[in-house]
Amino acid sequence: MSTLAVHDHGVAGHDHDHEHHHHDTFITKYVFSQDHKMIAKQFLITGITMAVIAMLLSILFRIQLAYPDKSFPLLETLLGRFAPGGRLDPQFYLSLVTIHGTIMVFFVLTAGLSGTFSNLLIPLQVGARDMASPFINMLSYWFFFIASVIMLSSFFIQKGPAGGGWTIYPPLSALPKAMNGSELGMTLWLISMVCFIASSLMGGINYVSTVLNMRTKGMDLWKMPLTVWAFFLTAILGVLSFPVLVAGVVLLIFDRSFGTSFYLSDIILNGKIMPYEGGSPILFQHLFWFLGHPEVYIVIMPAMGISSEVIAVNSRKPIFGYHAMVYSLIGITVLSFIVWGHHMFVTGMNPFLGGVFMITTLIIAVPSAVKTFNWLATLWRGNIRFTAAMLFAIGMVSFFISGGITGIFLGNAALDINLHDTYFVVAHFHLVMGSAAIFGMLAGVYHWFPKMFGRLMDQKLGYLHFWLTFICAYLVFFPMHFMGLDGVPRRYYAMTEFPAFNHWLSVNTFITWSAIIAGFAQIAFLYNFIHSIFWGKKTTQNPWDANTLEWTAPVEHIHGNWPGEIPTVYRWPYDYSKPGHDTDFIQQTTPLSETMSSNLPHDFEDNPAGLQQYNEWAKTQRSSEEVK
Amino acid sequence: MGFKTFMNTKRAFSLVAAFLLLGTNVLMAQGTAATPAAADSSAQKSDMWLGVGYYVLLVLLACVIVAVVGKILRVYDLSLQMQGKKGMNWNNIIGVICIIVLIAGLYGVYWSFTVQGSMILPESASAHGGKIDFMFWTTTVITMFVFFITQTLLWVFLFKYRGSDKRKGYYYPHNNTIEKIWTIIPAIVLTILVVFGFFTWRSVTNTDNLKGDINIDVTAHQFAWEIRYPGKDGKLGQVNYQLYTPNNILGVNFKDRNSFDDLKADTLVLPVNREVRINIHAQDVIHSLYMPHFRVQMNAVPGLPTFFKFTPTITTADMRNRLDDPKFEYLLYCNKICGGGHYNMQKVVRVVSEAEYETWIARQKPYLSDPLKKELHLADASEPGKAAENKIALNN
Repeated sequence: MSTLAVHDHGVAGHDHDHEHHHHDTFITKYVFSQDHKMIAKQFLITGITMAVIAMLLSILFRIQLAYPDKSFPLLETLLGRFAPGGRLDPQFYLSLVTIHGTIMVFFVLTAGLSGTFSNLLIPLQVGARDMASPFINMLSYWFFFIASVIMLSSFFIQKGPAGGGWTIYPPLSALPKAMNGSELGMTLWLISMVCFIASSLMGGINYVSTVLNMRTKGMDLWKMPLTVWAFFLTAILGVLSFPVLVAGVVLLIFDRSFGTSFYLSDIILNGKIMPYEGGSPILFQHLFWFLGHPEVYIVIMPAMGISSEVIAVNSRKPIFGYHAMVYSLIGITVLSFIVWGHHMFVTGMNPFLGGVFMITTLIIAVPSAVKTFNWLATLWRGNIRFTAAMLFAIGMVSFFISGGITGIFLGNAALDINLHDTYFVVAHFHLVMGSAAIFGMLAGVYHWFPKMFGRLMDQKLGYLHFWLTFICAYLVFFPMHFMGLDGVPRRYYAMTEFPAFNHWLSVNTFITWSAIIAGFAQIAFLYNFIHSIFWGKKTTQNPWDANTLEWTAPVEHIHGNWPGEIPTVYRWPYDYSKPGHDTDFIQQTTPLSETMSSNLPHDFEDNPAGLQQYNEWAKTQRSSEEVK
Repeated sequence: MGFKTFMNTKRAFSLVAAFLLLGTNVLMAQGTAATPAAADSSAQKSDMWLGVGYYVLLVLLACVIVAVVGKILRVYDLSLQMQGKKGMNWNNIIGVICIIVLIAGLYGVYWSFTVQGSMILPESASAHGGKIDFMFWTTTVITMFVFFITQTLLWVFLFKYRGSDKRKGYYYPHNNTIEKIWTIIPAIVLTILVVFGFFTWRSVTNTDNLKGDINIDVTAHQFAWEIRYPGKDGKLGQVNYQLYTPNNILGVNFKDRNSFDDLKADTLVLPVNREVRINIHAQDVIHSLYMPHFRVQMNAVPGLPTFFKFTPTITTADMRNRLDDPKFEYLLYCNKICGGGHYNMQKVVRVVSEAEYETWIARQKPYLSDPLKKELHLADASEPGKAAENKIALNN
């Protein structure tokens, strides 16, 4: 292995101990690895495992919704006391819903998405040897792993997992006697979440400091790919908002276990007057949603970044309005801190506050709209190459439009009165946050799989996976809008007690079968993923003809990413199909001096010396043409 | 590295398969062992496993079919290439699929709007609900316009600009004018919606006039609603949760004279065209009072009384006629997760004419029931809790 030059642009305390590289044991290489690429793979595989579990949970409760009167002996065999007589217990149903939501939002779409791709791409795309602190990075993964184990372990305790919904509003979650899911399962949920937040913070601090301090020579902020921008802003959001959830969770632990009354007042439970006085359940909702709303942007922004990159690469076109894309990400980041109240329009919060939050909420739709239009403009007159990753990125845009539009209804306090907590909300966030983010994540998996594993995934199986999942996701969530408009509430174990909802039973059955088919479609992905890790086609260094730095690194993973010096960056990452150049991509490491024929005055915006050279070159070109 | 070579041997695969087989066997053995003697139920168990096996086989069959189709496509592709032709052009195939999906999708949306769209709530039965519905339909028209335009452009672009070796993408990094236009237009449209929505919201949650014509207390607890009407004085007596007893589940304070004539009711009966103020209480966890036909929803929060004020405009009988459904009832149900019985926490709401309301209310029993009178007489000396002033008031 060649000796690595210490690079010279202000990275303090970043000296690698390359001697260790040759003595990697199984433990240091695969388990307690400090290499960002391995940690990314650990996050991805844990994330996929959690996603499969959460998906199976959703299919369990979908079966209950489709066949509320039928018993399935298999369920009793599998779940025992949670499904007596082959029918789900109503309290266990709520636990399923809760854990499905928690795992999907936090463990899959926060840790699985940011954890995987921030870890993989930030050092590789900004040109760094590794994260700012590889050790904290390793801790970040293992805290996440512990959190996952604790969360899943709650299925093996007497009363089952937490059951108060993923938002765990007290008093329901604070009073162990209020439901089974508020007993030990809720304690485990809270402990798991504290570990998770610790993990998320360690990751986030690393991402922010790596982006700010460890960019390679020439990589100024405006030359970063949109993926890095998205991960960077996501990390900032997480670092600022997750601590507030810790505060909320710790106070809840106090209320549950130490007899305080932060969230509790005036309570009579099961005929017993409880001693709590003076607390406010609304306080928890404020603390929760102060994280909770930025959280949905923590989920969607990495997916936006990944999709932007994948769409640009596969349209063979620069992303349209790069600056607007960055500014809208920044706008979303800032605005996401002042919109949390739109989750609380009908909670008894002062109605004037509701009006204020409605204004801020609808403003946030503007940057989102700009992003959508810019994606469309990127596709316009492109030379679109349908890789599996591209299809998933397009799917992300489609879901983001469909789900984003219903956000305009829900962000309107007046309309929210009747739509709050109905299936309309379920449809909205599953499209805009669930499906869109998971499609962004899958786009990333298909696109950067060669970078992670040195092999290619099968594209045809990817097509099958995409079309089945895409169509089924719409079949699942589109009809739910209408259920919501009929006033069907979410988190109902069965609709059978309401004769007025009978006409939705056939729709529920249809949705369940669509969900089951979508579930089976994931077999195509899992088979493709696992098979390709070991037996996939070997990749070349730059399989997608992309511009960004990670494709200049060798296929073999080496500690430190690049042998020899870290490449220098000379241009922005989106010089695709630049007129005057022989190939349809110019990598960021290609100096402008090598591409005189394709340079534009615009390329020298903050480089007057270069501009002068360019003008002289252009003049000589013109005069030589005249001579001819 | 040892790990990699180990995984590379297909031995690992057979090992996993063997484990799975063993696991299934153990599970099945347990399944049968768990039900000894009862031949009936063990037969049921084996039936179940047959059923499960059947579905597993179906899935495997589907996987095999997919694999076979995949192989056929691959062979076809290779044979094309061997003949010196170009292989299958997946850009074209997917491009065409995109157009098919767009057309099918648009039809699907149309179908969904007409069929499922006709299953939604009927017109609003309250005065403020009309404004909400108007707001809703305005938003729907605007957003659906955007939805159809953007989705159509997305899928048409995919078809039209599908990749080809002969073409290059059009290098078009930005256009500030266009970007300004599509920042400002959504901003204007959203401003209109915001202003419109803000005034609708302010008029619905009108805080200037807090009193309604009729004051009704609705109290939620796991998993039922308690309804208390004021008596002839039109005033509800105060409540204090510490006065709770099985006979006085709302904790009504009978030191307050207004409480003597309060009435207990099983159904929420409302006179048409009178302004009703519902005071919403919760005793244990958060519930939500949801009456979708009136476009009414407000959470019931323990320790934080809330209210909703509205005017019903269509009687139950009238609505039955309009919907041609003789069994139609307005409903009040819980819309905030509150425990195992959350899915069945409802009350019938009936809107009647003024005269019917008068006769109905005259028949209601007083809240101060005989057993409660007896109990109070016995417990006359005990002071109500002094905690009543400690409530924090976040709103109102």
